Amino acid sequence: MNAHTVQTVPAERRYGLRARLRATARSEWVKLWSVRSAPAVLEATAVVIVVGALVLSSGYRSGWASLSASERAAFDPTYTSLRGIELAQLFVGALGVLAVTSEYGTGLIRATLAATPQRTQVLVVKGLVLGAVVWVVSTASSFGAFALGQRLFTGPMPHAALGDPGVLRAVLGGGLYLTLIVLFGTALGALSRSTPLGLAALFGVLLVLPLMVNLLPGSLADRILPYLPGEAGAQVWHVMPPSPRSLGPWQGFALFALYVVVSAGAVLRLTRRRDV
Amino acid sequence: MIEARELTKRYGHKAAVSGLDFRVEPGRVTGFLGPNGAGKSTTMRMILGLDLPSSGSVTVNGRRYQGMVWPLYEIGALLDARAVHPGRSAYNHLHSLAAANGIPRSRVDVVLEQVGLTAVARKRVGGFSLGMSQRLGIAGALLGDPGILLFDEPVNGLDPDGILWIRTLMRSLAAEGRTVLVSSHLMSEMALTADHLLVIGEGRLLADMSLDELIARDATDRVEVRAVDHHRLAGELRTLGGEVTLEPDGTLLVVGVDSATIGELAAAQGHVLHQLRDVTSSLEEAYFRLTEDSVVYRAPVPA
Repeated sequence: MNAHTVQTVPAERRYGLRARLRATARSEWVKLWSVRSAPAVLEATAVVIVVGALVLSSGYRSGWASLSASERAAFDPTYTSLRGIELAQLFVGALGVLAVTSEYGTGLIRATLAATPQRTQVLVVKGLVLGAVVWVVSTASSFGAFALGQRLFTGPMPHAALGDPGVLRAVLGGGLYLTLIVLFGTALGALSRSTPLGLAALFGVLLVLPLMVNLLPGSLADRILPYLPGEAGAQVWHVMPPSPRSLGPWQGFALFALYVVVSAGAVLRLTRRRDV
Repeated sequence: MIEARELTKRYGHKAAVSGLDFRVEPGRVTGFLGPNGAGKSTTMRMILGLDLPSSGSVTVNGRRYQGMVWPLYEIGALLDARAVHPGRSAYNHLHSLAAANGIPRSRVDVVLEQVGLTAVARKRVGGFSLGMSQRLGIAGALLGDPGILLFDEPVNGLDPDGILWIRTLMRSLAAEGRTVLVSSHLMSEMALTADHLLVIGEGRLLADMSLDELIARDATDRVEVRAVDHHRLAGELRTLGGEVTLEPDGTLLVVGVDSATIGELAAAQGHVLHQLRDVTSSLEEAYFRLTEDSVVYRAPVPA
């Protein structure tokens, strides 16, 4: 009767964390590229960063003559060419949120976790795959935006070169910042397991929270603002600090990384115990 | 083999599943039967390690699911046919699952062929009918050529062709020696598909026995008699050892005396009969009675 004997796993891959990780990464890679949204969002990210450089830099160029002396002194040519990141971060963050919540929304997460019961591994690998892809796209875009912006800063306008102090760090910082943003989004998505909630949390932290802090009286706002995740993390792609109270580039980046690590840690602890 | 021991799942104070003990054996189709909300899906999710039991345990081939490294080679499941990303093609959906267990890509083509979706493999699954989605879900379960298969309500919403196809597939999978557990809230469907039944109601195991046993055990044969002098006939039947119930309309329901004996008795005693009819209660009735009463019937557990 039992023509089909109990299946056993092929011996060569019965063991090995490495083989297991590779399989999980391959699965996440296939999932990422097989829906339209992810490639579309990554393209939009690249476009926004580069077009942002074009628009802002040409805007400063045509308006340079009318700027006051203090405005000219505060002009940061590197930051100006990279400011497309401020819009791109919303795309990248949403990509992270949706990478998790779309699986919960459709119920696909059950198939995913039935294939890979190592839940924390699934989430960590998903984050790493997303992080790697976003790092490549946004680092390349940052260099493109920087080069384009500096070409537009001609004549009396100051312009930056990669060899100038802090400039290479800031351009690389654009890619690093957006990489942390996608990880932050992934963590918020896994925490909320709901697209509207996850997006609300992401935009709340990145957009609404700074506005609310700004409403606080007097110097309180100035004192709190630099420690918000978005503010702190953004210092890594600034050459000139936006305010005297701003954290240093790596200090700020480390603080943002800490926020991401703490939320990811909370998610991983929860995910192990929650029903799917 | 799947084995549950004292498997319990509570949500707050309400127990969705309580104290389930059962084994699902290879080589036969085991029907997991119960009304909607009886705890079938919860149990299946616990088997797959998706929901964690409040107490007790369930194992697959003797191991907890969470500890399995390449589970798709051992167990495949169809939980919810609509649980796919609508924007992904059937091929890529299966490819991502296969990749997660190091299953070669060639298997994707094989299972697509097996369920008859080869022609639409590159189409986005958002446009699939429910029947096509069910086939895709089954393809996913078959990817690793596993020895154990789990199907949660696989015939829901299917047309007769689809139902027949799934029924045939499940029977052939079991005939190959695999363990097949299929849930349904329809007794009539299970009667055609399952060899063995696990019946649950309100989270408790009501029956764990073969289809024939369930019929024999629970479906008692009755005879319906309508006689002019039903009071006298009832008394005579009782002296013969029959169990007689008088319905309000005067019909006698007799258990324990067969229709031939009743006919002979009536002739001998000069009764005028208007009706004499054998009533065999259907499996459906047996099932209703089981789930209604929530009485625990249990076949002796084989050693």
